[in-house]
Amino acid sequence: MPYRYLDDIATADAAFEAVGTTVEEMFMSAADATLGVMIENPGPIACSEEISFQVVERSLELLLFEFLQELIYRKDALGMLPRVSSVQIEKGHSTLILNAQACSIPLDQVRDRLLTDVKAVTFYKFAVDHLDGQWRATVVLDV
Amino acid sequence: MSVPPSMKQISDTIWELPVSYKQGMLVPARIYATAKLLRQMDAGVFEQITNVACLPGIVNYAFCMPDGHWGYGFPIGGMAAMDPKTGVISPGGIGFDINCGVRLVQTNLTLEEVQPVMKKLVDRLFARVPAGVGCTGFVRLSRDEFLNVAETGSSWCLRKGFAWQEDLQLTEEGGCYSGADASKVSKKAVDRGYDQIGTLGSGNHYLEIQVARPENIFDPELAQAFGFSRPNQISVMFHCGSRGFGHQIATDYLKTFLNVSEKKYGFKARDRELSCAPFASTEGQDYFAAMKCAVNMAFANRQVILYRIREVFSEIFHRSPEDLGMHMVYDVAHNTAKLEKHKIEGKMKELLVHRKGATRALGPGMKGIPDCYKKTGQPVIIGGSMETGSYILCGMKTGESTFFTTAHGSGRAMSRHQAKKEYRGQTLQRDMEERGIYVRTASWGGLAEEAGAAYKNIDDVVEATELAGLSRRVVRLVPLGNVKG
Repeated sequence: MPYRYLDDIATADAAFEAVGTTVEEMFMSAADATLGVMIENPGPIACSEEISFQVVERSLELLLFEFLQELIYRKDALGMLPRVSSVQIEKGHSTLILNAQACSIPLDQVRDRLLTDVKAVTFYKFAVDHLDGQWRATVVLDV
Repeated sequence: MSVPPSMKQISDTIWELPVSYKQGMLVPARIYATAKLLRQMDAGVFEQITNVACLPGIVNYAFCMPDGHWGYGFPIGGMAAMDPKTGVISPGGIGFDINCGVRLVQTNLTLEEVQPVMKKLVDRLFARVPAGVGCTGFVRLSRDEFLNVAETGSSWCLRKGFAWQEDLQLTEEGGCYSGADASKVSKKAVDRGYDQIGTLGSGNHYLEIQVARPENIFDPELAQAFGFSRPNQISVMFHCGSRGFGHQIATDYLKTFLNVSEKKYGFKARDRELSCAPFASTEGQDYFAAMKCAVNMAFANRQVILYRIREVFSEIFHRSPEDLGMHMVYDVAHNTAKLEKHKIEGKMKELLVHRKGATRALGPGMKGIPDCYKKTGQPVIIGGSMETGSYILCGMKTGESTFFTTAHGSGRAMSRHQAKKEYRGQTLQRDMEERGIYVRTASWGGLAEEAGAAYKNIDDVVEATELAGLSRRVVRLVPLGNVKG
């Protein structure tokens, strides 16, 4: 399992730890974990359209923060839950650039499987580290 | 046992961590709770409230209310007043769901009249008040018109026919914080919120039909003043906030403050969620103006929901909302920062009061409460879990010690993930129905997360506020029907 939910650090909200052997894998695990808070078993659901988006930030932590915020933004602004299929991260001039591909799940088609509304990523215990060849992120979501 | 050994007992309901507890504390931290509630508090409360005590410009104490539990930056139940000239403003002292709040509306119906149509009523409310993940409202607005709502709050609702004139008088600050400036709000925030007016959202947000049983009236005179005039009277309580709009504003400015807090203003917060800027700075003033937009959006959101509730009751009972006596009791905010005047060393002084999961509770005769409550004090609405009940309290003159602030709810005792492991939404719905509470939900998982056992005992919380002289019990309301986000 590339992510696990953490009970002991977020009584009122949702927390998870996401891992990956590459930083891109870890980002995708974090996106899956975020999606899993909002929708039950999203894996087999058919998507309506393929999308891509870009996030630019000055650090890896902020890049993950803003990447997950982008998923939440699209849920509210477009009525779509993005299921991320690939992530590429490259270095820009003093920034990091993330390009993501995803397929969009329209909220209206999955109302019976929706769980909890994720409203924000928080900085509470927010951390990204690289230990023993594995990338790991700890994230607490405000729900 | 998470209570720090250096915790000092000041009275039966006041506990203090001195400035020596943590390097950087500018004032002591005071926790209002009974010994029982203090023991139940998680370690996050003590860590976070003492971090709050380190914020520049804090006056007297960093406070935590009896329903305190860990939050982001401030604990939930946290309150801090800052000197506006030397102090800071922090989104972590207000919360992501800016002006998450609660509103109570009366009816002149009784349990006997409502019980036979309870299912129909709840089903219709569930259909007419959108709830759940990503729900959108029936009010179709352009982005420009939405900005108008953000700057004018409930006044916009009155102009559009969604409010009665008296509703505004019965809403904290008349349903509009003046000085809201939509130019300080990001496009992303508008994109997230412009179609969410009139929606409950999810999580701990709800709409509940409740009954005031005669045995649950604690103060008949005050209850009468708050519109409880007959046995087994029915009222409607609902809890929601500024939806994605407020969350995006909080996130936007948290990131801004992270950039400037230390680099520009030399303050290194112990927790990134406590990032802040001087209130008098450009960043501080911009956030204050944007925060007010979210406050006003939340007032408008609850006002439009009230419009829908009145419509549904009217449809089911074939009487007008006026004839059904559907007057508001009050609408009170939980997550805000506000300039208020309070007495400091015998002199009235303007302070920036942060309340995070805490309720303003003005005592009798005070400025800022509607004329109809001048003699009684401000109604305080304390929402409990969907299984156990809620309270109406009243502000007291003795609330001065906390700048007239009290608790806001019962507070979670179990994580959402754990609650989902222990309860099944469908089973919970069936069990509740057997106990006389009919609940509809947008999400079975979401319902399981809100099981009554996931919350602390609300009776203990309100008793503590009364013992501490912050607010007194008026009525306990028992749930009959619930729409869960």
